[in-house]
Amino acid sequence: MTTFLRDTTIVFSREVRPSLRNPVGLLFEMGQPLLFLFLFGALLGGAVGSSWQWFVPGILVMMCLTGPMGAGYTLLVELLGGTLERMLVTPLNRTAMLVGKSMKATVMLLVEAVLIIALALPLGFELHAAGVLAGLAQLAVFAVGLGSLSFVLAIKSAPNGTLFYMVSQSLLFPLLLLSGVLLPLETAPGWLRALGQLNPVTYIVDAQRALFAGDLADPSVLYGTISVCAIAAVGLHLGNRAMRKGV
Amino acid sequence: MIHTRGLTRVFAMKRKEKVEAVRGIDLDVEAGQLVAFLGPNGAGKSTTLRMLTTLLPPTSGTATVAGHDVAKDPARVRSRIGYVGQRNSAGEEYRIRDELVTQGRCYGLRPREAATRADELLDLLDLTPLAKRLPGTLSGGQRRRVDIALGLIHRPDLLFLDEPSTGLDPTSRAEIWQHILRLRETYGTTLFLTTHYLEEADHMAERVVIIDGGRIIADGTAEQLKNDLAGDRIVITAGTEQDAEKAARIGGGTAEGTTVTLRVDRATAALPDHLRALDAAGVKVATAETIRPTLDDVFLSLTGRSLTDDDIPA
Repeated sequence: MTTFLRDTTIVFSREVRPSLRNPVGLLFEMGQPLLFLFLFGALLGGAVGSSWQWFVPGILVMMCLTGPMGAGYTLLVELLGGTLERMLVTPLNRTAMLVGKSMKATVMLLVEAVLIIALALPLGFELHAAGVLAGLAQLAVFAVGLGSLSFVLAIKSAPNGTLFYMVSQSLLFPLLLLSGVLLPLETAPGWLRALGQLNPVTYIVDAQRALFAGDLADPSVLYGTISVCAIAAVGLHLGNRAMRKGV
Repeated sequence: MIHTRGLTRVFAMKRKEKVEAVRGIDLDVEAGQLVAFLGPNGAGKSTTLRMLTTLLPPTSGTATVAGHDVAKDPARVRSRIGYVGQRNSAGEEYRIRDELVTQGRCYGLRPREAATRADELLDLLDLTPLAKRLPGTLSGGQRRRVDIALGLIHRPDLLFLDEPSTGLDPTSRAEIWQHILRLRETYGTTLFLTTHYLEEADHMAERVVIIDGGRIIADGTAEQLKNDLAGDRIVITAGTEQDAEKAARIGGGTAEGTTVTLRVDRATAALPDHLRALDAAGVKVATAETIRPTLDDVFLSLTGRSLTDDDIPA
């Protein structure tokens, strides 16, 4: 366990170093969801009533989907060069590598969550601390799972990487639209809602909304937790297997 | 240091096609040796190397590297070997020294140890002035030295190098070799490298293993291989074609125009005798030379193909 934590820290600190050395890029990266929140959220105000309470958890899930995909992209670059190979010949723990690499996206997400919440507070966002903490913990698990899955995708799409862009781009929008992140699914036609029920992200979005409303006992929280844990387990399993099979 | 038995790797391709990249390799390398693994593109050099370095699990067969089985105990193998891959291994967004320190940490060095070791290696490979640069700003030879430094961070007893000098200009190639040889002299590191530069394998390695079509087809010192498998040649130009044919009959060689080629054991010793015999038979000889075989001749005599034709089907 201690080697696992140490290895995760090594990989994580390597991942964040370039961003720390170039904080301007980081600011731009973090600015985008804010734009989305305020421009889109304001639009939504008329449509969904108290939009912030509804929209803030949604935007966090959305970031959780896009962030780890970026993580897969950096892995793809390292895979096409020799960097990944060089790390793989070291005794570094394989799971620690997956977790450490996903963790950059997770930490960015947490920092941004705090920022978004702080900015949404004066606009009428109600803070339920316990729920928000539980929600962020859920998202952290989700990010590790998604990060690992996107690494698997990156590994599968070597040597040219086309598959990675194809799959990640064609998955991202259906997953987003069918989860009710941007617009509520309640008003959608039946077939669309049925499709939404098949989307694991829907359960996470519902759970996040319940948690951010302080409703910790809502059954959707349980479903959301099951969903993120399943995604993380599958992601880590496939990621480990992909590395064992050779890249 | 390396012992393999029947090491095999099959890649499953689309439509159930299978490519046997490596077919049953038996290889023993003792500590301290410098072995060059030579073969055309697609011969299975890199695949073998990737199995020996635990990057790729073998389909069948066994390999014990640095005392541990690559399939059963990959973690132990990893901690004892270094590997310099074919591609550049420093991350594009990272300073050279940062990458070296990270690599040391990956091998379990404590932060301070890793930093000291990084500085030592920067010094050893003449990279100290470049410590804070990004890889993209370095020359090909400098980047290759960074790769080697990354492979050496944990003082491995055994270092694998996949095409260490490919794509470099002659000066950088010589420089890389200087570093490799110094490494061996100073630390007694066992070196196992692939190359497709024949003259490198010929001059630098004490043992040459030739692989083709996934099988080892020759193994020995460059001298042995050349003597046993190719042999010296004497090339003579005669005054006329008739003389050339006569000369070929006397020496047991082949004539082409006025040029006669003979295969002999030790050409420098055989040449004077041969010339006297031709003189006695009244054959006029215009020029005579002896030719030592190259490793390419060895490959040619083994496979009927030249190693320098790079487009050999896998």
